Amino acid sequence: MAVYSTNEFRSGLKIMLDNDPCAIIENEFVKPGKGQAFNRVKIRNLKTGRVIERTFKSGESLEGADVMDVEMQYLYNDGDYRHFMDQNTFEQYQADAKVVGDAGLWLKDQDMCTVTLWNDAPLAVTPANFVELEIVETDPGVRGDTSGGGGKPAKLSTGAVVRVPLFVAQNEFIKVDTRTGEYISRVKE
Amino acid sequence: MLQRIRVFFAERNVLEVETPLLSHTSGTDPQLAFFTSTYETPPHSQPLFLQTSPEFAMKRLLAAGSGSIYQICKAFRNGEAGRFHNPEFTILEWYRVDFDLAQLMSEVERLFDILFDGKLNAPQRISYQTVFKQYTGLNALIFSFEDYSAFVKHANLPDAISICGDSHALWLDFLFSFCVQPHLGANGLCLVYGYPACQSSLARLNAENLLITERVEVFINGIELGNGFHELTDVAEQNRRFDAEIQTRQQENLPAAVKDECLLAALENGLPDCSGIALGLDRVLMVLADSPAIADVLSFEFSRA
Repeated sequence: MAVYSTNEFRSGLKIMLDNDPCAIIENEFVKPGKGQAFNRVKIRNLKTGRVIERTFKSGESLEGADVMDVEMQYLYNDGDYRHFMDQNTFEQYQADAKVVGDAGLWLKDQDMCTVTLWNDAPLAVTPANFVELEIVETDPGVRGDTSGGGGKPAKLSTGAVVRVPLFVAQNEFIKVDTRTGEYISRVKE
Repeated sequence: MLQRIRVFFAERNVLEVETPLLSHTSGTDPQLAFFTSTYETPPHSQPLFLQTSPEFAMKRLLAAGSGSIYQICKAFRNGEAGRFHNPEFTILEWYRVDFDLAQLMSEVERLFDILFDGKLNAPQRISYQTVFKQYTGLNALIFSFEDYSAFVKHANLPDAISICGDSHALWLDFLFSFCVQPHLGANGLCLVYGYPACQSSLARLNAENLLITERVEVFINGIELGNGFHELTDVAEQNRRFDAEIQTRQQENLPAAVKDECLLAALENGLPDCSGIALGLDRVLMVLADSPAIADVLSFEFSRA
């Protein structure tokens, strides 16, 4: 794998730090006129999602990480693993609950999502920004209510629970923003 | 801004000069990387260096009896690009014969007062030792690996320990850059003087305390704007520092520097007692325009040059 110097650290570059794959978020060059140059770097650990700040002497280098984002189709859940397929290569990948994390709350069979591969193994799963899911359980709606009011919890087919307006009924499909977990609208079938 | 600077120095009888940007010799400072170009007169060719500052040439003029002088010119530093750095930048550098550092600081304060229309907070002068103690609790002059390490662990900057090791100068660069400098000069000029001897560069040592040097740095809003010295006039001491820096360059596998024998000859001939300072004018403009990045005040920054 290639080695990258602090001068090459750009936002989005994937590198290995303390044996974990990480992504550079921000890199600031700090140098006193008559002194040593440093790089203050904001880094996201791709395994844990945590953001840390580290300082390097300018010119130091880190090994690159073999990390890439691939669009895949979610196939099914066998109980222990969820299975995904790269539709270009037809190669299948399996990921356990630790890797899938909260993304599992939004994955419906056949939906497209982004799988981050590290050394060709799934590292993280990111659902599409908007997904359409069926409500499997919610209290009956109240007549005359509009979307302005408080709302009620609704359980979706994937297990996620979101707040929906009172007029939304069971077995309806809704559109949800997976980044915030918020209801967007009803979906006509 | 440039016009005001020229009026400022004209009123004080300081002569504007121009010196070569391309030189046969280079700076020796291991922290300043220079650009090298080649002068071709086939079948011969020779390296020429772009100046990292006009200091040496201006000192040769001073030694030749120019009296107080100033210059506005470009300087070039290889590998320096970032929010506050562009590899090609504009320097205002001036030297005042018979000025000590305190007199020079007063003149800097006056110049900034004019450039900022009196809108800055009252200037602050503080010694390196005092300001370092204030923000780190550490003694800047006496290195203690244990104390310095304990502080960075507490300040959540543990990387310093592996980066700086047992180099006092590196520790000071690190701690000052990350823990002290960001606090300096909130909407006003902050002049830090009395740098530790290991950060002396081309300043003379303090007559009473050999641990500190006659060097001053200028800050506004945590941005380093300039660096000045009560100039070293001792040719033997200058030669010794050149050789030490050239040796450091060899040890660190940096490009070899060519010692400026003309400067040494000029010092031999006698550099008048003087103080001098260089300001980064692009950064002054950044502060004046309240710009977050140096690119905002340049016509075409490095990547588009």
